[in-house]
Amino acid sequence: MSAYPAGFKYTKDHEWIELAGDRGKVGITDYAQQQLGDVVYVELPEVGAKVKQGQSFGTIESVKAVSELYSPVSGEVVDVNTALKDKPETVNKDPHGSWMVVLKLSNAGEAGGLLDAAQYQDLIK
Amino acid sequence: MVPFGGWDMPVEYSGIVAEHMAVRERAGLFDVSHMGEIEIAGKDALAAVQRIASNDAAKLQVGQAQYSGLMTPAGTFVDDLLVYRLAPAHFLLVVNASNIQKDYGWIAEQIEPAGDAVAVDASSRYALLAIQGPAALEVLQPLTGVDLSSIKYYWFAHGEVASIRATISRTGYTGEDGFEIFVPPQSADRVWLALLESGRAAGAIPCGLGARDTLRLEAAMRLYGNDIDGTTTALEADLGWIVGWNKTDFLGADVLRAQKANGVARKLVGFEMIDRGIARQGYDVYTTASTSAPAGKVTSGTQTPYLKKSIGMAYVPADQAAPGTELDVDIRGRRTRARVVPMPFYKRPRPPPAAGG
Repeated sequence: MSAYPAGFKYTKDHEWIELAGDRGKVGITDYAQQQLGDVVYVELPEVGAKVKQGQSFGTIESVKAVSELYSPVSGEVVDVNTALKDKPETVNKDPHGSWMVVLKLSNAGEAGGLLDAAQYQDLIK
Repeated sequence: MVPFGGWDMPVEYSGIVAEHMAVRERAGLFDVSHMGEIEIAGKDALAAVQRIASNDAAKLQVGQAQYSGLMTPAGTFVDDLLVYRLAPAHFLLVVNASNIQKDYGWIAEQIEPAGDAVAVDASSRYALLAIQGPAALEVLQPLTGVDLSSIKYYWFAHGEVASIRATISRTGYTGEDGFEIFVPPQSADRVWLALLESGRAAGAIPCGLGARDTLRLEAAMRLYGNDIDGTTTALEADLGWIVGWNKTDFLGADVLRAQKANGVARKLVGFEMIDRGIARQGYDVYTTASTSAPAGKVTSGTQTPYLKKSIGMAYVPADQAAPGTELDVDIRGRRTRARVVPMPFYKRPRPPPAAGG
């Protein structure tokens, strides 16, 4: 099991975001990948796509289920981890290193409402 | 754990992909005790089985098993099952867990005209374990005095496993060589542990419902409730080979014979995705000709761990069923291209000694 990095923010939908200035890398948590099981498919948006907080920006599929990926914040997709297309199982092995998109935040205030690592770990207890 | 047919069953132990690969490359151990067992015995037991089950049970010798269908008068499935001939006038029917009550009621009612035969729901008397995979024989052999290599595919033998009275059947639901082992429920844990211990060196691991489903789908084995049910006939499901065409009469015979003579309007096909995406059960399927209304639905679909392909089965119009035909699957609002391919998707490289049944 991976530790939950203290520098990340988390959502109740089990995504994480690692903020740096007005940008943030987004992925799913270790808890989420455990619940999903073996990830076999990741569908991500194109660079330039606009996303809103709490809305789906893609899908992730394990052998047994389909799940939406919900954006922790609003913004524009400025980078996509295309390597996950061919190696989706990376999400199981290294969930907190497997970023999916980089967002340029359109409303920095939204990040303040996200959970910190301790709050998130309480949520999944 | 998930509820399944009245049982709490694990979807996975170590992970669906790892379990699936273990069965294809080494061996996997399944607890399939949820399956139902119905026995039919009496002077006219053969006539009773011949009436209710589609395949020709007269071809079975004692010690032999066959895949068959429990059909309605409309040629559709009450259930699918394995029929074992325990003695000349004694048969064991292995049925799906969720259908045990329905099947037993149906069988008890439908065998009456056949004469002197009784059906008994013996499900509580059997636990069922399955050791499946290329190493299955070497895992099981040290635990039993039965010479496993002498059991042909779809045959069975009685003996002991880990000093427990057992019936050992060379059958399975994975597309691999392997054995299904019927034991008394009170001793099932002992046999399970003995098999795990014996299989350790060969890399055998416990497997759950998730891998059971992906394995059977790669092997194109139908799943009742997904690919076949009370609305689909044996011929629509492309299972004409489990119909005993030479039998005089059986439930569903009229409809099935008419379909055989005149053809079916729709047929179950296997497909693989051309575009990226995973087709799941219930997704709409369109033919290239059908622009508005869907032509059918995906009955089973997954990304398969061994073939590493996105595959599935669907009912499509019979004129669109030839391998190579292109189809569209509606994956959450997106038309995604697929191609009809021959089934099974996966065939094991080395078949076991001799085919029977």
